[in-house]
Amino acid sequence: MSPLLFLLLAALTVASALTVVVHTNPVHSACALVLTLCLLAVFFLGLDAQLVALLQVIVYAGAIVVLFLFVIMLLNLRVEARAMAGTLLVGTAAAGGVALAVLIVTALRRAAPPATANLPAGFGETAALGRQLFTVYLLPFELTSLLLLVAIVGAVALAKKPT
Amino acid sequence: MADVAITAAKSLFIVLLVVQVMGLGVFFERKVSALIQDRIGANRAAILGFAGLGLVNTLVADPIKFLLKEDVVLAGTDHVLHFLAPVLSLVPVLVTFAVVPFGDVLQVGGRTINLQAAELNVGILYVLAMVSLGVYGVVLGGWASNNRWSLLGGIRGSAQMISYEIAMGLAVVSVVLTYNTLDLQVMARAQGHLIGGWLPGWGILYQPVAFLVFMTAGVAESKRIPFDLPEGESELVSGYFTEYSGAKHLMFMMSDFVEVVLVAALVTTLFFGGWQVPYLLRDGFHLPWGAALALPSWAVALLQVTSFALKLVFFTWLQIVVRWTLPRFRYDQLMRLGWQGLLPVALANVVVSALVIVLAAGPAA
Repeated sequence: MSPLLFLLLAALTVASALTVVVHTNPVHSACALVLTLCLLAVFFLGLDAQLVALLQVIVYAGAIVVLFLFVIMLLNLRVEARAMAGTLLVGTAAAGGVALAVLIVTALRRAAPPATANLPAGFGETAALGRQLFTVYLLPFELTSLLLLVAIVGAVALAKKPT
Repeated sequence: MADVAITAAKSLFIVLLVVQVMGLGVFFERKVSALIQDRIGANRAAILGFAGLGLVNTLVADPIKFLLKEDVVLAGTDHVLHFLAPVLSLVPVLVTFAVVPFGDVLQVGGRTINLQAAELNVGILYVLAMVSLGVYGVVLGGWASNNRWSLLGGIRGSAQMISYEIAMGLAVVSVVLTYNTLDLQVMARAQGHLIGGWLPGWGILYQPVAFLVFMTAGVAESKRIPFDLPEGESELVSGYFTEYSGAKHLMFMMSDFVEVVLVAALVTTLFFGGWQVPYLLRDGFHLPWGAALALPSWAVALLQVTSFALKLVFFTWLQIVVRWTLPRFRYDQLMRLGWQGLLPVALANVVVSALVIVLAAGPAA
């Protein structure tokens, strides 16, 4: 990805992410969230991670935000009167954001420079990613699926009417 | 430069093919339905006294009428989203065809051109991603109209599309297990072998259950009868596009029909050999009793593209006939079919497919 394209996309992403937070209309916020997620998928494409990019679109943009919208419409949420919450909340959030930015910059400065050249053949393709998941990262992968299963069972238990 | 031109030509070709088949679909919708219901159907519009069995009506008069109608936008609608919704409905469906192969390869002047607009190693997942984005047109169209009927239609549409996407995705998983690839072109090529030397090894023979689940979920995704609860004109006027007129209404109608063609294209590619013509290999026909007929590359490609187009037309026609044969489901029946019918069947199919593949492969090497 050329630096110019990267900057353009990054600016767009930040702008749409800000829209999510600042917009007073919850439906518009959700739409901006979809745009943000799709733009992030474009960054994954630029990093040769086609599978991750598409999973991002399918899972987050295609399913989760649709559920957000579904809930917003069912609850018939109104347009918020103001874009920002109280000053205390904004102040705390801003302090947290600055702290996080400092943390990321420090961590990046200490980290080893990224190895840009000599990617293995088939890097980011489905087969390579699947092989990694089912060999090196098998235990975390299975634990995650167990976690999801627990969440599903929990949702069913909560939704079920007591008999 | 030549590569860009070739890709552009391929993209243009597949879009034109899809739009042509879609036009035929609209023609079927009006004339085949008339035949089914013992009516005459569209026959009013004519050019110089030529009505062409209703072709003039469906292909010329109707689109012009839609485009010339006033674009009514009521006060109280959300203008931006009201404008965006038809676009968000149509664009994701149209771009999906980028990964659908319409032929094997074409050899021109020392170049071997793969007849597929975009070669992605994640092919079928790209299709699922784009289809899942199509739901935003329905939801936002329903919400932005500021109309109770539209909102109900939008909510129904989002719930329905998410429910049936799961069954559709699981049907695709078992197909992917069978072919061991995500690329639709590789899947189409894998269906070129013969079983017992004479029977074309199309996907339907390996995955009949996945075909039934996929076809049902596909019809539900395109929101057509018997799954047209989001529109349901007897209950919701016209559902999520009640407040749309003119060209925007046309875009919603068009995305419905393009979805029909998309389901036809996917069913063809996954289960009916895609562009395969039985016994036609890259150098010509090889019939099972030994006769052979050599053909040049362009003739083979032409036959394959024709075969793909004919299969597309057939499955489009089949979906139109289904739409005019079955009555509409009730909402609870729709949800029960999706979650308690298709989903368990699709899950069981994945497990059985995986078991058969593992057992057929023998002990792990």
